[in-house]
Parts: sequence; structure tokens; C-alpha cells
Amino acid sequence: MEASKVIHAIYNDDDILMSAVKKVKAAKYHIDEVYTPFPVHGLDKAMGLAPTRIAIAAFLYGLVGLTVATVMMNFIMIEDWPQNIGGKPSFSYLENMPAFVPIMFELTVFFSAHLMVITFYLRSRMWPFKEAENPDPRTTDDHFLMEISVNGNEEALQSLLSETGAVEINLIDKAH
Amino acid sequence: MYTFSNKLKTFSIILMVLGLLGVGYGFMTSHKSLDEVKTMLAEEASHHGGGHGEEATHVVADAHDTHGEATHGEEVHAEDAHHGDAHAEHVQHQMANRPWSALYVGAFFFMMIGLGVLAFYAIQIASQAGWSPVLFRVMEAITAYVLPGALIVLAIAIASGTIGHYNIFIWMDPEVVAHDELIQGKSGWLNLPMFAVRGLVFIAGWALYRHFARKFSIAQDNAKYNTNFKKSFRIAAAFLVFFIYSESMMSWDWVMSVDPHWFSTLFGWYVFASMFVSGITVIALMSIYLKSRGYLEFVNENHLHDVAKFMFAISIFWTYLWFSQFMLIWYSNIPEEVTYFISRINDYKLPFFGMVALNFIFPVLLLMNADFKRVPWFVVMTGIVILFGHYIDIFNMIMPATVGDRWFIGIPEIGSILLFGGLFIFVVFTALTKAPLLAKGYPLIKESEDFHY
Repeated sequence: MEASKVIHAIYNDDDILMSAVKKVKAAKYHIDEVYTPFPVHGLDKAMGLAPTRIAIAAFLYGLVGLTVATVMMNFIMIEDWPQNIGGKPSFSYLENMPAFVPIMFELTVFFSAHLMVITFYLRSRMWPFKEAENPDPRTTDDHFLMEISVNGNEEALQSLLSETGAVEINLIDKAH
Repeated sequence: MYTFSNKLKTFSIILMVLGLLGVGYGFMTSHKSLDEVKTMLAEEASHHGGGHGEEATHVVADAHDTHGEATHGEEVHAEDAHHGDAHAEHVQHQMANRPWSALYVGAFFFMMIGLGVLAFYAIQIASQAGWSPVLFRVMEAITAYVLPGALIVLAIAIASGTIGHYNIFIWMDPEVVAHDELIQGKSGWLNLPMFAVRGLVFIAGWALYRHFARKFSIAQDNAKYNTNFKKSFRIAAAFLVFFIYSESMMSWDWVMSVDPHWFSTLFGWYVFASMFVSGITVIALMSIYLKSRGYLEFVNENHLHDVAKFMFAISIFWTYLWFSQFMLIWYSNIPEEVTYFISRINDYKLPFFGMVALNFIFPVLLLMNADFKRVPWFVVMTGIVILFGHYIDIFNMIMPATVGDRWFIGIPEIGSILLFGGLFIFVVFTALTKAPLLAKGYPLIKESEDFHY
């Protein structure tokens, strides 16, 4: 990659941002990132981002939790030491299953929720003491920032962005 | 405006006629004389060890054989014969109950769809939901069945105690009550006049709400101001309060009292969950059908998605209540309340556990994916499974108390499903022709038309 330069176009309204994203996409420029202070409904679709698969992951984690609960209680309560506790039938897992269902349910939810959150942190690279990647602190308050890499076409890009209603356009040298 | 196609009208009439024939056949064949029942029992005992009643007689017969050689053979024989008489009488009564119960289950199932939709409709108005107003006319049409349907259920219940031989509710039988202290203690609540009056009060409340909600909804179509909307909002809130009380008591009266020795506090909610999810499923099926016929161009897959989410969520809610009721009783295993589940697990193993698969596992796995909820044929398929599952649910509530192990889903049961299914289609689609399919005066209708998820 050449000495990489990016353009930061700053907007102060999510509607203007949305139409700007659509225009930039229509002009076939690649949008590197968009920084917003809050979720903008439909932004991912306008940018053409692939849908998330985290729900599928959560479902699989839930199945893991269900398996853990079943195997654990089958071993402890049925195979390892099948005591008679208050007349509950501990001859087979199925016979005593109603008593296990609350645990099976909770562990399914527990695995599903926690592993999904951890997956989310890993995939979006978030952890304590992580250095913030914010190019402009105003984007956490009331400004929206679109980052587009420049490949020797600054003029055209700048004029396009100013047409889209950007309040500020900065050429940034990203020293890597 | 919707026009009731002649094809569908003929179809519903054919269903009703076929159903009536099936129900008639059920009543014609169910009255057996004591001797016929005895020969039948003897045949069953000698041929196969099918049901549990037969197994019991089998054991008795075996014991008789071994003792037969001994000197007191005669005595045993006499005792056995006497016991056999009581048993045959019991079985005779169960067989006579079957067409009544089949009719009652069918009637209740379709009534509860209408009632579930009425509750759903009132909730949509009281919560001022923005997504559902495009479906209001479909819901209003389905609720048209509440009045005739509920009257039919009440009529069957009362007729079973006056015309019939106490075929559904044994507490209506003065002879049973005379020998049963438990029922005597409950007779302040469980007596025929009070039962009828309570039923009529419930039905009047539901029908009045339905009448006025429909009236205000149509009046709002061309009104300049929102006065009708405000009125319908107020009566919806009032109705929901009335509904949750009346529905609960209705479930004690019309469903729980078939087992007058058994009681459960969760029961009203459980019946409610069943009717709610069936009602929502029918809303989905109706709107998919009407949309495929080109009557609901303002309904899109986003609306379908929301209805399917309700089907999914309320299916889980039903399971939660089913399991809570079952597990609490199974766990503590107190004899006077656990018999309810013992008779169901012994004699109704497949329907009792099968309905959990139909009403829980199937909808959960099929409707979990967000994309699947937007595919009409997928929702239709799941909806049919859910409806069948909740028919089985009602079947499991009524049948064990009335016909015991003499159950089968045969001509009387299918006949009454056809009969009330045909009536349901006829009433609902006739009501659908009476008003435009878009409640255009409703203040949130624009939001609903533009709704997307």
C-alpha cells in the first residue's frame, strides 16, 4: 500500500449521513469506516455490510449449554450415585427429567448469552485497556464521520463529499 | 371489500354437512347395551392386551385360572362376575360420553380461537400498537365467531346435563353428587343454574365488547375526529380487565370442572395461553390466505414477521405454563392432584407428550430464524402444526375425564372438527364481507401501512 491517506468527511445529521453514504456508494467509492455517536438505523444496509451471524453462534452455544447440563446431571444424579432423594425416580434420566429441566434451561441461556457476548467482544476487538480507535472525539457526541481512503483521486472525492453536505472535509495522513 | 367466493362458501357448507353426518354417526353408534359392552370386553380380554383396562381384566382372569382348580372356585367366579358388571357399566358410560366430548372439544377449540383473537385485538388497541392496525379487519372478522361459538359451547355443556346422561360434567348428576362429599362441598359453585348464568354473563361481556369495538372501528372509518378511536381505546382497556377474570372463571367452569375432584390455580392462564396462540396463528393463516387472493395488498412480510414472532413467543409461553403446571404436581406428587396427570400419562401418552412436541419443539425450531418468519408457506406449515397441537391440548383436557382409556380420534372427533371448522369459516368470512379490509380511519393506520422491520 502507498503512503496511505484518508479523507474524513464530517456530518452533523444522521439523515444527511445516510444520503451521503448512498451517494458515495453510488459513485463506487469504498467507504472504510463510519463513526457515529449512536446506532443509525439502516446504515449497515446502505453501506452494504454483510449481516451478522452472531445469532447462529448463540444458537450453537445454547446447544452446548443444553448438552453440558444433560451430561452433567445424568452423570451425577443417575450414573455416579443414584440415591433415593425424597422418592424421586433416579433409574434413568428421562424418568427424573422434570426436576432437571430448570437447570437445563438456565444453562442453555447462560451458555448462549455469555459465549455470545464474549464472541462479540472478540470479533469487535473490545477489551479493557484497549486503546480507543476514535479519529475524532466529536463522533462520540454529536458528529458523524465517514472515512474514505484516497488513491490519488482527492479532488474528485473532495468535491463529491462537499456536495453531500459534509460540514468539514479533512485530508489525513495515516502514518502507519 | 371482500367477496366471499362461492367456492369457499360451498366448501364450508360441505364441511358442515360432512361434520354433521360424522357427529350423527357418533351419537348413533355410541349407545351400547350392557350385554354388548360385556361381550366386547370379553373379546378384548381374550384377543389382545391392548388398553390398560384390558390388562387389568387379564390379570384377574389369570388369577382365576390358577385358583380355578381349587375348591373355592365358585366363589371367585361369582365375585369376578359381579365386578365385571360394574366395570362394564363404567365402560358403557365412557363409550356413551365419547360423541358428547368429541362435540364439546371441537366446539371449544373453535370458540377459543375467536376468543383468543378478541383478547389479542383488545391488547393491540389498548397498547396502541403501530404495526397491527392493517390486520384489524381480519381480527374483527374472526371475533365474529365468539358469540355463536361460545353459545354453542355453553349449550352443549348444559345439554349434556339435561338432554344427555351427564356425559361431560359428572357434577351435574344429582346421584353422583349425593354420594360424593367433595362435589357436595363445591356445589355452591358447581350447580347447573349458576353454571348457566355465569356462562351467559361471560358470553354477554365478550359479545358486548366485540359489538362495540366493531361499531366504533367502522364508525371511525369516515369520521373527522378521533372520538370513536378514543372510545374503542377505553372499552378495550375495560374489556381486558373483564376478560382476564371471566376467562379464568370460564376455564374453571367449562374445562376444569370435567374433573371436579381436581383443581389447579394455574389453569386459567394455561387455557388462556392455548387460546391466545391458536388465535394468533389463525390471524396469520387468514392474512396469508387473503393476501394470496389479493385482498390485503397493504400487508407485507413485515407484518407477517411480527405475527409469526407472536406465534413463536406465545408457543413458548404456553409450554412454560404447561411445564410449570406439570412439574409442580409431578414433583410434589400429592395423591389428590397427581391423579390428573397419572391418568393422562397412562392412557394418553402419545397425545399428552406429543402435544409438547407439536406446540413447543416444532414452532421453536421452525420459527426461530428471522428469515423463515417472513416466508408464507413456512408460517402456514408451522401454523397448521400449532393448531393441531392445541386441538390435542383441549382433547387432553376433556377426554381423560369423560371417556378415559376409551379414546380415539375417529369419526366423532373428526366430524365435530369439520362441523365447527365449517361453521367457523362460514361465520368469519361472512363477517369479512361486511366492511372494507383496511380500517382507514384508525389514527395509527399510516404507521402500520409503512411498517417495516
